[in-house]
Amino acid sequence: MADLKFTDAVASSGERAAVEAVLGDERALVFEHPRLVRGGTRRRHRLRHMLLPALHALQNEAGWISKGGLNYVCEELQVPPAEAYGVASFYEMFRVDAAPNHDGPVTHVCIDGPCRAGSTEAIATVKAAGGHVHESPCLGQCERPTAVFIQGRRGPDMVAADADPFIRPQQDGTGLRLLQRLGVVDPNSLDSYREHGGYVALTKAITMGPDAVLAELSDSGLSGRGGAAFPTGFKWSAVRDAEGDTKHVVANCDESEPGTFKDRTIMENDPFSLIEAMTIAAVTTGSENGWIYIRGEYPLATARIENAIDQARSAGLLGDDVAGSGMTFDIEVRRGAGAYICGEETALFNSIEGFRGEPRNKPPFPTTHGLFNQPTAINNPETLLNVLPIVLEGAQDYRCIGTEGSPGTRLFCLSGAVSTPGTYEMPFGTTLRELLTLAGGVTGELQAVLLGGAAGSFVTAASLDMPLTLEDTRAAGTTLGSGVVMVFDTATDLTDMCTRIAEFFKNESCGQCVPCRVGAVRQHEMMVDLRSKNGVGLAPDKRQLHADMNSAMADASICGLGHTAGSAVASALALGLIGESS
Amino acid sequence: MTGTMNPSEVGVSIRTVTISIDDVDVKVPEGGTVLDGCKAAGIDTPTLCYSENLTPVNVCRVCVVELEGSRTLIPSCSRPAEEGMVIHTDSGRVRHSRKMVLEFLGSGVDLSQADDMNSWSEHYGADPDRYGPAAEKINEEVKIQDDLYIRDYDKCVLCYKCVEACGDDAQHTFAISVSGRGFAARISTEFDIALPDSACVYCGNCVAVCPTNALQFKTEWDLREAANWKPEEQTVTTTVCSYCGVGCNLEMHVQDNTIVKVTSPNDHSVTNGNLCIKGRFGWQYVQPTITTR
Repeated sequence: MADLKFTDAVASSGERAAVEAVLGDERALVFEHPRLVRGGTRRRHRLRHMLLPALHALQNEAGWISKGGLNYVCEELQVPPAEAYGVASFYEMFRVDAAPNHDGPVTHVCIDGPCRAGSTEAIATVKAAGGHVHESPCLGQCERPTAVFIQGRRGPDMVAADADPFIRPQQDGTGLRLLQRLGVVDPNSLDSYREHGGYVALTKAITMGPDAVLAELSDSGLSGRGGAAFPTGFKWSAVRDAEGDTKHVVANCDESEPGTFKDRTIMENDPFSLIEAMTIAAVTTGSENGWIYIRGEYPLATARIENAIDQARSAGLLGDDVAGSGMTFDIEVRRGAGAYICGEETALFNSIEGFRGEPRNKPPFPTTHGLFNQPTAINNPETLLNVLPIVLEGAQDYRCIGTEGSPGTRLFCLSGAVSTPGTYEMPFGTTLRELLTLAGGVTGELQAVLLGGAAGSFVTAASLDMPLTLEDTRAAGTTLGSGVVMVFDTATDLTDMCTRIAEFFKNESCGQCVPCRVGAVRQHEMMVDLRSKNGVGLAPDKRQLHADMNSAMADASICGLGHTAGSAVASALALGLIGESS
Repeated sequence: MTGTMNPSEVGVSIRTVTISIDDVDVKVPEGGTVLDGCKAAGIDTPTLCYSENLTPVNVCRVCVVELEGSRTLIPSCSRPAEEGMVIHTDSGRVRHSRKMVLEFLGSGVDLSQADDMNSWSEHYGADPDRYGPAAEKINEEVKIQDDLYIRDYDKCVLCYKCVEACGDDAQHTFAISVSGRGFAARISTEFDIALPDSACVYCGNCVAVCPTNALQFKTEWDLREAANWKPEEQTVTTTVCSYCGVGCNLEMHVQDNTIVKVTSPNDHSVTNGNLCIKGRFGWQYVQPTITTR
C-alpha cells in the first residue's frame, strides 16, 4: 500500500457512483480478505491512466473537482492527492475552486480568430439567460462563428451547431482523396463505409505485408500534417524496428491550433477511415494498442469515433484477429480536458498516462520512448488518412498530385473573411489566391492572412501567388502548420488580434520552461501596451525586446509551443501590420 | 557468486564517447551528459534546476548549449553525450538565450537571495528592468505554517527540485506538486492545504535543494527578518547524526554559538544530501535555550 495521506473530506454518493462507473472493477488496491491485499507499485502505475477519465466524471457530476471527490479517486487509484491536484488544475475544463456557481452546465464561448468579433455579444446573451460562461480559446469550429461548446453537468456535453447537416464545400468531389467520402457516407454505419470503398486498403495492406507497405509509404514522401512535417514512413519504420513487445499507435486528435478544424470534420463525417488507417498503422508497425486522444470540446466527434470502434470490433476489424490477419489490435478513446499543449505529442502521452500534460525533452523520441515509455507511432488524422490512397494506389500514383517536395494533397481550414469557410482539399502547390477563390473569394478588402494558426505567421496580399508547399512556405519564412488559412479584412483590428494571440500563448503555456512561461507573459504585456496606444508607434527598443524574446523562446524552449509563441506577432511587426508610427 | 574472482572482472574499463566542446575533444563516460563533458573540460556552466542528486528535468534552460546540426539549443544537463557531437558553449545564440532566461526570471521572481544566479546574470548582462515596473510578478504571501520552514514563493523559479526531492528522487512522500499552468503554476499541496495537514513529513529535503531560498529554515527566516542573518560569521561543523544507526553526516551551521540550520553533503554516500526530520530539525536539545523541568 502506498503510504498516502488524505484529508478528512469525503466524496458524495453521486461522486462515488460517477467514478465507479468509469473505473469498473479496476482498483489499485483489492482487499481479497483480511489477510490478503493486492496492490503494489506496478499495479498502481498500470491504473494511473484512469485518472483523467475519473476527473472528467467528477467534474461532470459535481461541477468541480471537490476535495472529497479527489480523495476518493486518489484512494481508488492510489495516486498522491497533491499529484492529482496538480493534474486537475492543469486543465481548462476542470475547476478546482469551490466557487458558489457550480450548478448547471458551463457555456464555453470562443474568443479567438473569426469568433472574436461576435464573442462579446454571445457571452452577454448567455449571461443574460443566467448561464455560466467560460471564455474559451479556439473551439475548432472556425467555419461557423461564434463557436459555442456546452460542458454538461450531470449530462452530456453538447455543441448546438452539431445538429446542422454537414455540407462539403467542394460539392462535386473531383480530385478529392481524403474528403471523398465526407457528406456522402453515413458516418454511423460500417456497411455504408464499406459500400464506399472502406476497408479495401486494410485488406490490401495485410496481403502486401509490413515491408511492402513501409516501402510504399517511404516512396510516397508522405510527411506529417500536424505541423512538423516529419516523414511518416521513417517514423513507422522506426517503430517497427524498435525493441519492445508492447507498441502503440496513437491518433493525435487534440486539434487545438487556433483556426484548425479539419480533424473534427473528418472524425464527425468519416470516422471509419481513421479507424481503418490506424489499423493499417498497427499491422504495419506491429502494435497491439491503439489510442485516440480527442480534445474534450469535440462531443460529436467523440461519439462517432466510439461508435465506429464498436462497430469495427463487432465486425472483427478490431480485436484478437484483425480482419483474419491473426494480429491483435484494439483502440481506446481518451478525452482531453482543455489544454492546447496536449497536442504536443509527448505532452499528450503524459496526459493519457495521468500526469500533467507537460512536454518531455526529446530525444529520446516517441518511436522508441513514447506512450508508457514504449515504442509509439503517433500521427495526426489527416496524415493517417493519406495512408489509405497510398496503399490503394501505390506511391507512384500518389505522387502524381502535388509537387516533388510536397507530394499529395493538403487539407486547408479556411475561416474568417471568405464567402464559404470550411475544410478544403487541394494539391500541394495550389496558390493562396486559388484557395481564396475556391472559398468564394475574400469578403471585403484583404488585410492579411494568418497561415498555420497562432503558431504560424501572417502574410499579406503580396504573398497571394505563393504556392502552398512545404518548401515554398519555408523559403518565404512562413509555414503551412496545421493548414490554417485565416483571412482578415481591413475591418479587423490586427493589434487586438495579435494581443489575443499573445494572450492565448500566455494562457496555454504549460509553465514548465522559463523562456515560454515568462516570455509569453512579457510578449502579452507588450501587446496590451501597444493596443492601449491604438496599435501605433512601437518604440525601437520595444521592437528589439520582442526580437530578443522571440529568438530566445524559439531557441531555448522545450517544445514547439514555446518555439512558435512569438512568431505571429513577429511577422505582424515585420510586415508593418501593427506597431507602425502613426 | 563464487569465491573465486576472474581477474578480467577487476577494474572494468569504462567505455567513453568523445565529443568536441568549444573545439576541444573531451571524453565522457558512456551514459554521461554534455554537462559532464563541460565539467571535464573545465567549462563553468550555469545551472538552476540541475542537481547531481536529482533526475534532470531540464526546465530552467539556463544550461543550454549549441549542438551543430540541431535546430534549437539543447539542455546540457540532460542530453546524453553521443560520439562525434560538436558543442559550442559560448556562441552568440547560447549567450543570448542564457541572458534572456536570467532576465526573464529576474523580471518576475525575487532573486535577492540567489547569489549564484545574480553573478551569472551579471556575467551575461541580463537586464530585468527593461520590462518596466508593470511587469507581472509572482506576488504570493509568504507561507509560515509551522516552526520548521517557510515557503516564500515570490522567490520560486519553478525548478521542480523540491517536487522531485519530495517525490521519487528521494523521499517518496509526494506532499507537493506543480499545480496550475503557465505563469500561474505554483508548487502546492492539494488544494493548497497547510503543510501540517498535508502528507509532508518535514524531512526538509525540499529546503536543501531549493536554489533561491524560496524554501528556508524558519530560524534563518527569523534572523533575516531581524536583520541578523550573518553568513560570513557562521561556522559549519560536520558531525554524525546521533538519533539512529544509519550514520548520516550533518553539517551544523552555527551563528552566535547557536545552530541556525542543518544540511548534509550531496556527495555523502549515506545521505546524498537527504536527511529526516530528526537530523534536519531535531537539534533543539543541544541549544542552551531548552530548560529542564
